[in-house]
Amino acid sequence: MRGLGAFALVALATASLTAQSGPPAPGRVEGAEALRVIPIRGNVFMITGAGGNIAASIGRDGTMLVDTGSTAMAETVLQTVRDLERRVMATGLPPRGCVGVSAGCTWWSSSNFLPSTVAPPAPRPIAAIVNTSASAEHIGGNAVIASAGRTFGVRNLLDRSQLGAWIVAHENVATRLSPKGVPSVPAAALPSEVYFGDEKKLNFFNGEAVVVTHIPRAHSDGDSVVHFRGSDVLAAGDFVNMAHYPVIDVERGGSIQGVVDGANKLLDITVVEHMMEGGTMIVPGHGRLIDTADLAYYRDMVTIMRDRVRELRRRGMSLEQIQRAGITRDYDPRFGRDATWTPARFIEAIFRTLPTGS
Amino acid sequence: MPRTVLLVALVLVAARPAAAQVDFSGEWTPIRSMDNTENPWVGDWVGLPLNAAGLARAEGWDASILSLPEYQCRPHGWAYIYRGPTALRISKEVDPFSRQVLAYHPEWHQSTNMPVYLDGREHPPAESAHTWGGFSTARWDGDMLRINTTHMKEDYIRRNGAMISDEAKVTSWWIRRGDILTWINVVHDPLYLAEPLIRATEYRLNVNSLVPAHPCTAVYEGLDKGVVPHFMPGENKFLGDIRTRYGLPLNRPTGGPETMYPEFLRQLRPSTWTLGKGAGRDDAIPAAPPQPPGGAR
Repeated sequence: MRGLGAFALVALATASLTAQSGPPAPGRVEGAEALRVIPIRGNVFMITGAGGNIAASIGRDGTMLVDTGSTAMAETVLQTVRDLERRVMATGLPPRGCVGVSAGCTWWSSSNFLPSTVAPPAPRPIAAIVNTSASAEHIGGNAVIASAGRTFGVRNLLDRSQLGAWIVAHENVATRLSPKGVPSVPAAALPSEVYFGDEKKLNFFNGEAVVVTHIPRAHSDGDSVVHFRGSDVLAAGDFVNMAHYPVIDVERGGSIQGVVDGANKLLDITVVEHMMEGGTMIVPGHGRLIDTADLAYYRDMVTIMRDRVRELRRRGMSLEQIQRAGITRDYDPRFGRDATWTPARFIEAIFRTLPTGS
Repeated sequence: MPRTVLLVALVLVAARPAAAQVDFSGEWTPIRSMDNTENPWVGDWVGLPLNAAGLARAEGWDASILSLPEYQCRPHGWAYIYRGPTALRISKEVDPFSRQVLAYHPEWHQSTNMPVYLDGREHPPAESAHTWGGFSTARWDGDMLRINTTHMKEDYIRRNGAMISDEAKVTSWWIRRGDILTWINVVHDPLYLAEPLIRATEYRLNVNSLVPAHPCTAVYEGLDKGVVPHFMPGENKFLGDIRTRYGLPLNRPTGGPETMYPEFLRQLRPSTWTLGKGAGRDDAIPAAPPQPPGGAR
């Protein structure tokens, strides 16, 4: 029944959080009709409709966003996040279950009564943004949203400055956003905290560990996955794409093998709840919320496409011949509907990034 | 005379349960009838309205994929499980105050939670998670319960690679006549079906049936990590078996809309199986070539 309960809770919460029809309500976010807030588990939400998907952890420590959508939607995303913060903080229930002493339970957390009799605490600032890649649909809101956030640290005391939210990303994201050392985006949109190597642990935030893991050469060479370990939610970024075939940014170091390896790596992390359903939830870069079984289907698709292109290349076919061979026709109805990232472009990206001699 | 007619009418009305009062809760055992064998051969998609993409998807399917860890503990989904061989339990969820039925909960041996809500709730947005059971709401259609199901996972409609997408929707009807429950499923899939797939099955009320638990954890079954078994397009070697069995010429499909109708029978030639000489015998088909382990073949 836990799965049913979670599903019902999602449905109920979604109904209360999604945009309503009719005249605008007081305080309603302008343009928010395009956005959809999907509660996932615990403090973690998925925001869709702003370009790339956004994951949001909202709670007593503040707000952490994984990606910020497109530039055009930045103000709308910010206002939607603000609205969501107020709703979360005003809820009569603690945002996280309060079990044991290590989760940081405070005296009021165990009471459902007190928060309803006093004013809810003010939302905490947007403290951090994590970018899963350098793609415009994922970093477009960085400048606006980071500037509206706040990082607390020594510098606040020394010069009384108001630092915006951290922007965390793999170092290759910073490199790609500043080709030849010249930033291609506003300075406020650039990562302020980069990491290299396999992972970066962001300590506990809103009562749970947050771990950023690098996925080498997948959608690009700067891909990161963010794991909210308590809520057990993975924000995967663009190498997991449920809207269309994954965009492989060859110029920025992406590769089909990285996409396949990344999907298998996520499958190593995920745990199902029961009968290959539920459990770890994954926010893809685009498209709907998924779980392990959905990710396995996706892994199958990218693996099969890689195998087919590799085999036909091994048989001596050219790129153009492979593109005309119809090898994606079984998956095109589901993943080949994007007008710009066509099956032919996907095949080309596979063809160009397959290891030589494979 | 008018008074007599009115009296008869009142008796008839009183004798029939009013709409929304048919009770589907209880334990039911499947009646194995009609075309419901569901132990298909590879390539036997006869009767399924698969479109070109659906057929291509099915032809690339390799049964070895079921050995992958992510496939081992899967349940049967909403579009298929009602035709399964196991007992069905339907529980009803009743609001303690109004005593209205809020939901029915059907379950089988190998199913997940599949609630059918009657409380008027809306379906979740498209971006929400999908499940094997999908998200079902229902309304009364006379004495029948009409169920609309969305948010299903991609899943099979026959256990040999015939798939529907995660954009498929199902309309179901539950019809009870005494101790018989008729379950009609109409599957609509804009991606892999050319026409709706309409099937039905029946159950009989059974006070002794049991629905056991289905604990399952995945194990290593011999496939190397990262291998996804499949066939290259047009190179599934096992599709010939079904043609031999049915006497189906090479230029005729083994699935798709045209295989749903009686005219399709005229395309079949006598075979050892259709003549009844090879039914159930392994030697009725050519021996399959040995399979290399894993990967595309």
